[in-house]
Amino acid sequence: MASGVMDNYQTLFDRAEQALAERHYADKIRIQVGSATCEDAAGARDVYDEFRKHIEASGRTDIALRSTGCTGRCSREPIVGVLLPGQPAIKYEQVDRDKVHRIFTEHVQAGTPVYEHILDNKAETLQRHDFLFCAGLRCGPKRGLDYRKLFEDKLRAAGVSERHARVLPANCFGLCGLGEVGKGAHILVRPGRLIYRVRTEDDLDRIIAEHVEQGRIVHDLLVTDSTISQRFFEIYGDIGFFHRQTRIALRNSGIIDPESLDEYLHYEGFRPLAEVLDRGDAQWIIDQVTASNLRGRGGGGYPTGLKWANAASQTDPVKYIICNADEGDPGAFMDRSMLEGDPFSILEGMIIGAFAIGATQGFLYIRAEYPLAIRRIEQAIEQARAANLLGESILGSGFSFDLEVRLGAGAFVCGEETALIHSIEGERGQPRIRPPYPSVSGLWGKPTVINNVETWANIPVVLGYGPDWFRQIGTAKSGGTKVFALAGKVEHTGLVEVPMGATLREVVFDIGGGVPGGKQLKAVQTGGPAGGVIPADMIDLEVDFDTLAQVGSIMGSGGMIVMDEDDCMVDIAKFYLTFSQDESCGKCTPCREGTTRMLEIFDRITTGRGVPADIDKLERLASLIRKSSLCGLGRAAPNPILSTLRHFRQEYEAHVVDKSCPARKCTALIRYEISPEKCVGCSACARNCPVTCIDGKPRQTYVIDQSRCIKCGRCFEVCRFDAVNRL
Amino acid sequence: MSDTKTKTITLTIDGQRISVPEGTTVMDAAERIGVQIPRLCYHPDLSLAGSCRVCIVEVKDMNQYMASCSVPVWEDMEVQTNSPQIRQARRDIVELLLDNHPMDCQTCERDGHCELQNLAYWMGVRERLFEGERKQFEFEASSRSVIRDSNKCVLCGRCVRVCAEVQGVFNLSQQGRGFTTVVTPAHGRKMDNSVCIQCGQCINVCPTAAFLEQDSTEKVWAALADPELHVVVQTAPAIRATIGEGFLMPPGTPETGKLVTALRRLGFDGVFNTNFGADLTIVEEAHELLGRVQAGGPLPILTSCSPGWINFMEKFYPSLIPNASSCRSPMSMLSVLLKTYYAQKAGIDPRKIFVVSVMPCVAKKFEAGRPEHASDDGVPYTDAVLTTRELIWMIKAYGIDFASLPDDTYDSPLGLSTGAGDIFGTTGGVMEATLRTATEWVTGQRVDRIEFTEVRAVEGLRETQIKLGDKTLNIAVANGLENAKTVLDQIVAGTKQFHAVEIMACPGGCIGGGGQPYPPPNMKVLDPELLALRAKALYAIDRGNQIRRSHENPSVQALYRDFLGEPGSEKAHELLHTTYRPRKPRGIR
Repeated sequence: MASGVMDNYQTLFDRAEQALAERHYADKIRIQVGSATCEDAAGARDVYDEFRKHIEASGRTDIALRSTGCTGRCSREPIVGVLLPGQPAIKYEQVDRDKVHRIFTEHVQAGTPVYEHILDNKAETLQRHDFLFCAGLRCGPKRGLDYRKLFEDKLRAAGVSERHARVLPANCFGLCGLGEVGKGAHILVRPGRLIYRVRTEDDLDRIIAEHVEQGRIVHDLLVTDSTISQRFFEIYGDIGFFHRQTRIALRNSGIIDPESLDEYLHYEGFRPLAEVLDRGDAQWIIDQVTASNLRGRGGGGYPTGLKWANAASQTDPVKYIICNADEGDPGAFMDRSMLEGDPFSILEGMIIGAFAIGATQGFLYIRAEYPLAIRRIEQAIEQARAANLLGESILGSGFSFDLEVRLGAGAFVCGEETALIHSIEGERGQPRIRPPYPSVSGLWGKPTVINNVETWANIPVVLGYGPDWFRQIGTAKSGGTKVFALAGKVEHTGLVEVPMGATLREVVFDIGGGVPGGKQLKAVQTGGPAGGVIPADMIDLEVDFDTLAQVGSIMGSGGMIVMDEDDCMVDIAKFYLTFSQDESCGKCTPCREGTTRMLEIFDRITTGRGVPADIDKLERLASLIRKSSLCGLGRAAPNPILSTLRHFRQEYEAHVVDKSCPARKCTALIRYEISPEKCVGCSACARNCPVTCIDGKPRQTYVIDQSRCIKCGRCFEVCRFDAVNRL
Repeated sequence: MSDTKTKTITLTIDGQRISVPEGTTVMDAAERIGVQIPRLCYHPDLSLAGSCRVCIVEVKDMNQYMASCSVPVWEDMEVQTNSPQIRQARRDIVELLLDNHPMDCQTCERDGHCELQNLAYWMGVRERLFEGERKQFEFEASSRSVIRDSNKCVLCGRCVRVCAEVQGVFNLSQQGRGFTTVVTPAHGRKMDNSVCIQCGQCINVCPTAAFLEQDSTEKVWAALADPELHVVVQTAPAIRATIGEGFLMPPGTPETGKLVTALRRLGFDGVFNTNFGADLTIVEEAHELLGRVQAGGPLPILTSCSPGWINFMEKFYPSLIPNASSCRSPMSMLSVLLKTYYAQKAGIDPRKIFVVSVMPCVAKKFEAGRPEHASDDGVPYTDAVLTTRELIWMIKAYGIDFASLPDDTYDSPLGLSTGAGDIFGTTGGVMEATLRTATEWVTGQRVDRIEFTEVRAVEGLRETQIKLGDKTLNIAVANGLENAKTVLDQIVAGTKQFHAVEIMACPGGCIGGGGQPYPPPNMKVLDPELLALRAKALYAIDRGNQIRRSHENPSVQALYRDFLGEPGSEKAHELLHTTYRPRKPRGIR
């Protein structure tokens, strides 16, 4: 029976390879268009259609058009990749119909990239060598020779200018086997997408002598094993935003067609499942997951292996598996990206989990606001069923398991596991007291393992590459990577996947490109409405579950919002509290009543009606809610308040005592005045004022009627003489 | 099965070492050493909610305060129930509840019986730190029995749980979220357009006055003050067992005599005994039962005294309507007789007679308004229904010192009852009374056995077999509708064959009715001990009665002789029986 599983898998795999070969994987030109809710909203469907028409009109049969999930490069979408055989991949940003025409005629047909539309304007990278050095946190530069620095010095010594060869830091490629950590380095070379493994200084010299100077590949240094993040680097590694990332959970997003099981199989998909089914040892799986130090990515960071072991030890014959895809944090979209971009990896993780704990039925709880994610997952389930990867006796293993999609109706609290269970059961979505924990008594009273989308997406990797490999990417207590949704006052917004323990600086500056407009970084907020604010002076914090908790924030599901000097910390706290108050389920007293009272206090403070005692009351209520609420959401709701009070108390005091908002954000506490010395009487302010409260005559000084001013700031924005002051 | 011995856990509470069985909650463990942790949403007979957070305690090495009602003890746990921090937290939680409460205690019907009021006092909420906006919901008085003031609701959820877990009705649930959460029937419907069966258990378990009975005292005061009206009153069997509680007498003290005196002082022109109606019910129902046994159906016969149960049947088990006894309830039988037989005998125009009934029940308010219980000209036989609580208030309002009242007796002829009628107020009472009569009728001879303790379903549900001559009757007795559902589902599915089933909507029967006094401070609603004490009072009255079989009631015998003819006669049917119809609110198929 056991060997049958691998045979069945191999048959599937072979069939997929054949189908792909027939379709486009041979020597065709590939055009890939992003396809996800975000991409579609930016116009990706029109772009796809336009390419299709161009291909049809050209009559060429050697061009393959494909859809892929999104890569998380939000502000630049739609993104189109063009891969001509034997040439580096070119990515275009913000493509529209007109650009399609140019890309098709100039690049696809004539072979010359349209440089001005290349993603992040990296056109210059095409005319030189890029050497991307892996810079894992616990290896590379920290553990042995700094190969990158050495190589750079050698290049310059050899007279190679930066125009011809550039050295860049990348994040962990995940290429080191055990025992190799710290003993060498990996270098991704572009163009060519080669990876060298170097162990000595000699190796570096040979690369310069042979590859850089003579253009010959140093074959004996080449790495031939393919790893998971490599495929991503091959396509996206030349872009600053991506090359510092380590794509594990997002390994396939933006690479494969999410609606094609064949493509998932092509990238080793379902091999880990086949192998564990072939092995047939549930306890072994749990041991592997435990050893990997994988912790729940939904926010709590509970060790996944422990959760599974607990559920597995229950004797009840009926058990359930749930994927929590009720992503509700404002500004968070990593789950959606994975559901839309790589649905099969989530399914595979769940099937493995089901086998490990002995579940025969699983549920994906997806919020109804994600129609495309729901459609992709449902398609994936259907394809998996048709391929006997779900259903009776999966791959002939004798293990049966099936999946069902349940939709969430939009309550934030339904992301809390017990509320989610109630919701699936048809009850009101409210948390209940724990213990018993769901792993003992969950859905319909049966042992239930609930994990977040990202956790499930990591499972096939843990088993495919082994726990040692996984553990070594990450910190001592937390293995692997974390996906963040980077937003706010940062140059490049989007999805960022970095190893646990990466610093905020890496994420915000190296990947995010820093704060735009030359403004000062003020703070970074992590963890969504339940998280806290981390001040700029902690920018070198190594981010994982424990370090974030220590500074008063949380990992949460991975929201990361960058704030600059224009952001008022009191206003920020109020923003998150407004969300928490609105989303409180109403079950327990502290959260239901307390958040409302805190919001009332914030209203007073931000409108100049606060008194010093209000700050103490805030602190008292926040501590009460944190310590006595029923569920995790309630307990975390005061985090934005407590952390801003901790790090930015003086801003609260300014609002209360001086009745002023240092960031000039709280409209009730600011006013606009026109400086008579600077005003030239151009009348721009008066013409733009929506409430016509600015009086004056052309070429004379204009005056704002404070009693009618709504403090919209329009005059401040339009004045070209800096005559309007914000006070 | 070998390790049936429970493990013992040793922990420290407020510095005291204590050993308790594994699985004990911190709250229960604390009680064993005399520490009463304040609580609100907790109720021993309902599922755990852990939502009010009033019972929080501090546990060493835990980041959060823990709700003691729901946390099981663990080895070497160190619990602080009264550290300064926990006292402040608890106080703040109670204040948060008060901050969103109308604070109209002086004009509130629960003033003095309010759990929130008590908590605020005990927690020392002497000043208000966090006052702000309050919720504003509409007062909802659509139901003839149960009215709601959601502004007084503290969202403890006890009503939701009692409605679902004890009564199996699932009418109430929380709706909306956060600050605007409200307890309501499905889709925010009004109570009279919901599946509410009007048992009033929500009123009983509510810690505040978010649920109350529809007021009838105004109507009664007005009638008493009207010189044109002849105002008569009848009191249900269970009233005499509980009225004393309203005047700080220990539960379980029967106070029939004082009750009658108090009613006369209030100005009622005639004071009658619903127990007489109970005796009459037994005679009619026993006749009906025996007739059905002979005719072969429809069986089982289902008792019809409990109006909450009748509402439940019409809404959830309409297929069982043919099985229900067609007898009116004792209250309605007596009301009919008061406006016919009594009116005739006393020579009073029935239209000038105002019938008040004092009931342990709020569903009786609905029953009294049913068109089936009105005369041809549409005038209801029962003009007003007071709950025990309402009567207690009227007596207090009238300045009557209840405890010092002399005893008096009911007016005749509708005042005399047997012990069989007396026990109607507790579970199994109707069945036991029926058996006392039926055994003699079936065997045709004197049966010495009086007490049928096997039908007293104190645990909520009982099935038993009773030999009647050569016949064996399969009997079931249930109180609390969740218990009743078990039997009813078996009947509908045909998996069990019963001859007679007694169903009382409220836990323990009428003694646990939705109109009964709020329990004394050391006891809880639904408390089995409290119910046992109240039942004991009724059994004491029964034992003290010379006549203990309904058919031996001389007044009942005279009634048949002078007025009704035979049991089951055409006149008896016209006056003493009723009909039912399915009532399907929207959403029920």
